Amino acid sequence: MLILTCPCCGVTAEETEFHQGGEAHLTRHGPGASEEEFHTYLFAKENPKGVHFERWRHNNGCGKWFHAARDTVTLEVYGTYSAQTLEPPQVIRDAITAKRPGWRWREFA
Amino acid sequence: MAEPVTALNGARFEGIATIEDAGPTGMITLRGDLASKEVKAAVKKAVGLDIPGQRAALGGKETAALWMSPDELLLMCPYDKVAETIATLDAALEGQHFLAVNVSDARSFLRISGGGAREVLAKLCPVDLSPDAFAPGMFRRTRMAQVPAAFWLDEGGTFHLVCFRSVGEYAFNLLKTAALSGGEVGVYG
Repeated sequence: MLILTCPCCGVTAEETEFHQGGEAHLTRHGPGASEEEFHTYLFAKENPKGVHFERWRHNNGCGKWFHAARDTVTLEVYGTYSAQTLEPPQVIRDAITAKRPGWRWREFA
Repeated sequence: MAEPVTALNGARFEGIATIEDAGPTGMITLRGDLASKEVKAAVKKAVGLDIPGQRAALGGKETAALWMSPDELLLMCPYDKVAETIATLDAALEGQHFLAVNVSDARSFLRISGGGAREVLAKLCPVDLSPDAFAPGMFRRTRMAQVPAAFWLDEGGTFHLVCFRSVGEYAFNLLKTAALSGGEVGVYG
């Protein structure tokens, strides 16, 4: 069971109040994107053992989307942050580094 | 004009807590920039209340202002005053980016009162309802068994709960079952 804090309304609740929305920080390439780019957007997903970044929605609460950084092995949540960003903020990266030095996830470290 | 009828039609149950249909109530969704002085003035004018803080509920005489999300309030007023209240909001917010819409018939509104009220809700929602954690004036949107619901606690120890009208009967039956006599857990003393 994950305990998440919604950065939009500030509620800390267990995961049944939320809904997972897939991998975070995907780039949807614009009109005229190559087939390769569209294929990557649709199908090339991470499946890590360890640090992972996901989108979540507070669907039984304020209804807003946000991002969460968590660990798929220990189920610890490193932090949650705004959906209006293209990459994890430094404070989240630092929180992960404190527990998992040398972590890598896609182009982030 | 036809009389408004709620989904629960005045249902009432007494067990370790009293569950009752609150009857037809005017409800207005107001979306906009809650930090703006225009919205603040409009809410004051329409229901006589300030903008509630994050996850807070403000209650007045026959009115209430509930914090739904960073850009949304639920305003309550008497059922027959909704059109008038929306007109006041529309006039006060003219030119602003906002939405005020009548959702009175979209939701069921219940009251949970009595000594077992905290316990009844705690059986159904993943929320810490101990008196230290959940105080009067707090508003919480959450999951009640399988449906979304929202509730707040007033100074008199009564919970006011809203859920979608389509699941009103389900919500009432859930609360009724949780409030059956003999079902006391006594976790909150």
